[in-house]
Amino acid sequence: MPAVSKGDGMRGLAVFISDIRNCKSKEAEIKRINKELANIRSKFKGDKALDGYSKKKYVCKLLFIFLLGHDIDFGHMEAVNLLSSNKYTEKQIGYLFISVLVNSNSELIRLINNAIKNDLSSRNPTFMCLALHCIANVGSREMAEAFAGEIPRILVAGDTMDSVKQSAALCLLRLYKASPDLVLMGEWTSRVVHLLNDQHMGVVTAAISLITCLSSKNPDEFKTCVSLAVSRLSRIVSSASTDLQDYTYYFVPAPWLSCKLLRLLQCYPPPEDGAVKGRLVECLETILNKAQEPPKSKKVQHSNAKNAILFEAISLIIHYDSEPNLLVRACNQLGQFLQHRETNLRYLALESMCTLASSEFSHEAVKTHIETVINALKTERDVSVRQRAADLLYAMCDRSNAKQIVAEMLSYLETADYSIREEMVLKVAILAEKYAVDYSWYVDTILNLIRIAGDYVSEEVWYRVIQIVINRDDVQGYAAKTVFEALQAPACHENMVKVGGYILGEFGNLIAGDPRSSPLVQFNLLHSKFHLCSVPTRALLLSAYIKFINLFPETKATIQEVLRSDSQIRNSDVELQQRAVEYLKLSSIASTDVLATVLEEMPPFPERESSILAKLKKKKGPGAVSVELEDGKERGELNDLHGGMGQNTSNSSTPSPSADLLGLRSAAPVSGATPSAGSLLVDVFSEAGPAATSAGVNDDGFLSSAPPTAASEDPAPPLPESDELLNKFVCKNNGVLFENQLLQIGIKSEYRQNLGRMYLFYGNKTSVQFVSFNTTVIGMVFFLNVQTKTVEPLVEGGAQVQQVINIECLTDFIDAPLLNIKFRYGGALQNISLKLPVTINKFFQPTEMAAADFFQRWKQLSQPQQEAQKIFKASHGMDTEVLKAKLLGLGTALLENVDPNPENYVCAGVIQTKAQQVGCLLRLEPNAQAQMYRLTLRSSKDTVSQRVCDLLAEQF
Amino acid sequence: MIGGLFIYNHKGEVLISRVYRDDIGRNAVDAFRVNVIHARQQVRSPVTNIARTSFFHVKRSNIWLAAVTKQNVNAAMVFEFLYKMCDVMTAYFGKISEENIKNNFVLIYELLDEILDFGYPQNSETGALKTFITQTGIKSQSKEEQSQITSQVTGQIGWRREGIKYRRNELFLDVLESVNLLMSPQGQVLSAHVSGRVVMKSYLSGMPECKFGMNDKIVIDKQGKGGGATGQSIAIDDCTFHQCVRLSKFDAERSISFIPPDGECELMRYRTTKDIILPFRVIPLVREVGRTKLEVKVVIKSNFKPSLLAQKIEVRIPTPLNTSGVQVICMKGKAKYKASENAIVWKIKRMAGMKESQISAEIELLPTNDKKKWARPPISMNFEVPFAPSGLKVRYLKVFEPKLNYSDHDVIKWVRYIGRSGIYETRC
Repeated sequence: MPAVSKGDGMRGLAVFISDIRNCKSKEAEIKRINKELANIRSKFKGDKALDGYSKKKYVCKLLFIFLLGHDIDFGHMEAVNLLSSNKYTEKQIGYLFISVLVNSNSELIRLINNAIKNDLSSRNPTFMCLALHCIANVGSREMAEAFAGEIPRILVAGDTMDSVKQSAALCLLRLYKASPDLVLMGEWTSRVVHLLNDQHMGVVTAAISLITCLSSKNPDEFKTCVSLAVSRLSRIVSSASTDLQDYTYYFVPAPWLSCKLLRLLQCYPPPEDGAVKGRLVECLETILNKAQEPPKSKKVQHSNAKNAILFEAISLIIHYDSEPNLLVRACNQLGQFLQHRETNLRYLALESMCTLASSEFSHEAVKTHIETVINALKTERDVSVRQRAADLLYAMCDRSNAKQIVAEMLSYLETADYSIREEMVLKVAILAEKYAVDYSWYVDTILNLIRIAGDYVSEEVWYRVIQIVINRDDVQGYAAKTVFEALQAPACHENMVKVGGYILGEFGNLIAGDPRSSPLVQFNLLHSKFHLCSVPTRALLLSAYIKFINLFPETKATIQEVLRSDSQIRNSDVELQQRAVEYLKLSSIASTDVLATVLEEMPPFPERESSILAKLKKKKGPGAVSVELEDGKERGELNDLHGGMGQNTSNSSTPSPSADLLGLRSAAPVSGATPSAGSLLVDVFSEAGPAATSAGVNDDGFLSSAPPTAASEDPAPPLPESDELLNKFVCKNNGVLFENQLLQIGIKSEYRQNLGRMYLFYGNKTSVQFVSFNTTVIGMVFFLNVQTKTVEPLVEGGAQVQQVINIECLTDFIDAPLLNIKFRYGGALQNISLKLPVTINKFFQPTEMAAADFFQRWKQLSQPQQEAQKIFKASHGMDTEVLKAKLLGLGTALLENVDPNPENYVCAGVIQTKAQQVGCLLRLEPNAQAQMYRLTLRSSKDTVSQRVCDLLAEQF
Repeated sequence: MIGGLFIYNHKGEVLISRVYRDDIGRNAVDAFRVNVIHARQQVRSPVTNIARTSFFHVKRSNIWLAAVTKQNVNAAMVFEFLYKMCDVMTAYFGKISEENIKNNFVLIYELLDEILDFGYPQNSETGALKTFITQTGIKSQSKEEQSQITSQVTGQIGWRREGIKYRRNELFLDVLESVNLLMSPQGQVLSAHVSGRVVMKSYLSGMPECKFGMNDKIVIDKQGKGGGATGQSIAIDDCTFHQCVRLSKFDAERSISFIPPDGECELMRYRTTKDIILPFRVIPLVREVGRTKLEVKVVIKSNFKPSLLAQKIEVRIPTPLNTSGVQVICMKGKAKYKASENAIVWKIKRMAGMKESQISAEIELLPTNDKKKWARPPISMNFEVPFAPSGLKVRYLKVFEPKLNYSDHDVIKWVRYIGRSGIYETRC
């Protein structure tokens, strides 16, 4: 302590400290300290009273020894004695010792509290401040209990000095943070708010910290502070740099206070009072304007202070998120900072932009900086800044720039720091999925990702790509081809092998046509990676192999050989061994049918929130702007159910895959006579289960009120040609539906919006009468409301009976309802099932629209699942007029002069169902040379696109 | 093998840094400083592993010597080398201190180059080293001398050169022992052992063949019937020898024969735990009188032949940490309370065998708010006695030099026994 005046300086202390500093070794230091401690002990022994000065000196020494890391277990009493001294320095040292050394459960605490109480009521501002500082420094619960009531009183008392007010505010803040339950709100709270109007800037600064903290817990009690804060802020902002004198910091008026005010305002929504709001907006504009002004000083402190205010202002603007003008200005300002040479500024700019990007007003403005941000990602030296740049890219990504951003992130990933790789990988995976325009791009991106940063690709990412490939049949072939190519790299990551194994196991057949990727080649490729993989991957590969046996029977021998080898069948890993044994047995015992059933293609996964997103959210709070997943129209379970019903009733020897989805998979092949035995759900819906007797069917008055007949057979399965018959009526409404030697069925139908009426004419071609003639319409109660009128049970020879069927389309559907006809002809029961030619396109309403209109809508329907495309060979001639007629018969409006290529046909229509209207756009591109068509359908519902596409493809 | 060797001062500044292998980077120097030297005695183990690098350190006063390696080395070998290195440095420039190391900077590097090669320890025999690493300027050696050095260093007897001649053939033998003891307040021996060294200083001409004999129990028992030796024999628990001792002969016949290096060498090191003669007995008596006073009375008894004199006796009585004053009365010697060491130190210059002496002290305590009880550390003692507490006796040391014409009788031999206290503590 060189610069202390003689009267106050503690020579002994200075000597002691310099001794310690001169010690050559730790041991010497300890010796010196021991000696000093013994000396102090002998002095404190109490033989003779010490004067204040020596007490102070020895307490100081003890403090110093304590701070060197030694235990001090005496001297507390002397320090407490110092508290009651009237000399400032002695009191100060006493408080210092106590705030550093006294622990809360000390027995001295009562004495200390007493001394503090005395000082608080002493009216000597310096003593009061010392006491307040001590309370704040200790900040224990006991202190809070003793003084939480006292301090607010001091804070708001009219006669308290400014400096004491400052200390009291900060002390209260400390106590509130330490034990909020002890600081009770009361009458003083409203008066604290008015401290914002205090003359003394220091008091305002201290008070605002307190208010910010208190108001974040009880915003309502402090609501009035908003207008006060705004007026205070506007006074500061509009003041000249010299007005505030002591509170001007490098030409910036009261920067700390400004920041705190802005931060306080961020606790509240935008002010409702117009005047206040106007004033605040004015302030914010002024701050933004000032940022543009040339700096008044070259000193870094000046710009730091200015920018601190600016960034707080921008945070406030973002918080309000209601002033597009300010948001865009803020964004532009931040854009300038992006290339500033201060690293901190760049960091802050990127961070703020991240939040700006999530605001609808400024999203576009942020996007203009994409090049700069990408550049920052590539060239920035500081890793934390690069991280922020990556965050920002993620936040600013949307459909328009997704490809570019994903490509940039991918290329950056190769050189990225290890610390942020995993996060980057997740982000790329999410962006790729979220903004995938076509799924082949998505598959490419993810496979690339695995290739570049395989180690960082978490399970979730590759699960996700498989889920998507399974759920989208349009991308399966491409995925199979791509993984096959990717696997050909000499070294590929285990995750790649996993994806490859899974996809080839499921869809390897899609590329098996190519001799370069024949089944055996595929298998050998996969198996070449087998030995380099971990156990879980090997297990997955084994499953892929057994799937291969199902897909390509020709590989059976090879694969069985592999499974039989000791390294599999006697593998020390139980899981692998079990798989090998079971798969080997399965492949050798089960028939192809069974195998096909067991190794069915995986059913689509139910759509749910991407697990990757969940992982990213978990990994990181800020920066991860919450993302809505594409509400990909799932293949609803209802539809699958629907499909299952169709197949169950229509046929036949294998249980349908969709029925499997319901969990009704039965291992043994089901005989034709008992389709899906025990499938309860199907029974309920279709009434066609084997258990349902015809009596039961007939009893259903809704379907047919005919009295039960002797014939109690089940409805026959639909005729094999019924699908063809159905196709005939896709584009026409009238004609002969069915004809054989006995019976001819003619049909005439008309449709308006979602309603249709169908006249069926049953003609007896023989001369003998049909007895117990009975017709039933089966199925589709969920999709179609079908009402039939019963027909006469007797049809005379050569006569014709008419039946009217009223149809209401409830929602879109795929399979047509069944018409079952039963009658006795010469004693023999005739049982015919047909598909009623009701297809979804019957409910089309043609829509005329101009070219521009068409293309705009076409673009709106750009999600991959909304589109269905088919390329097929022409089965009839390619006559223009016939095509036109067919397209018109479809029910859509044929739009002329829309497609730039006159060869192409473009149609538009709306499918009317009771539940909803589905807009549907169609484009047919004939290729005369190749005799091929390309049919593209887009509608707002994926099932509709798919169904109409399938129906139409059969027509040309 | 040793990858590098660093010497630090007490502040952790690097004085000497010699890296032998590439796997030790420069950051290893800092790693040791930060993790061990600056850890303020948190690190007690002499072996520290930091980032897959092992640091072996020994401390000599304020100097830290650290050997670093990334490999799985024999730790005992490394420590043996470090001690040897300390010996070498002491032999060259005396006490190992920061000052001395700085002054002999070049010499140390020269030594390090010689005694460690690519991390493998080499000949660290001071006598041999001194022939070619000298402190006195550059002495250009003749071709012959050079080739002689080469043949000696690479030859079978690397520790002794040929052609040494003395007018007077002399031999000094020191048996240095340190006795360690921990005793309960009731006088029960809790643990005791003696570690001893036989140090030899020889000034003999030519290449003498020596044979050393002592009262080793195994040897005595073997000769027991014929020899009829009167004195007691001692059981040696374990021993190690200087490299000049022929181990094969020791293993076979338990006879210690060797060609000694010229000058000083440590012939053997040994340890015994049985039948130890405890030179002193300490009887403590501590009484706590209230919370502020402590009475201590300590009696020491010497327990050896009255004709022998013990020297440099020092008894250290620890005092509680809250001692505020001490009064001491002692009959013999001087006693003083040393606050810096938290102990009463009682010194007696000389004390004959079979005597008794006493000290009593009154310690005043300062009441503290700490409820912790005083841990009562043991009373420790230092002394030096002119006999070997283990009971070891040198029976003979024979010298044969067949080429030169001097015989065993012509060699003047000196034997000295010194017993010192190691950690000699009595609980109170």
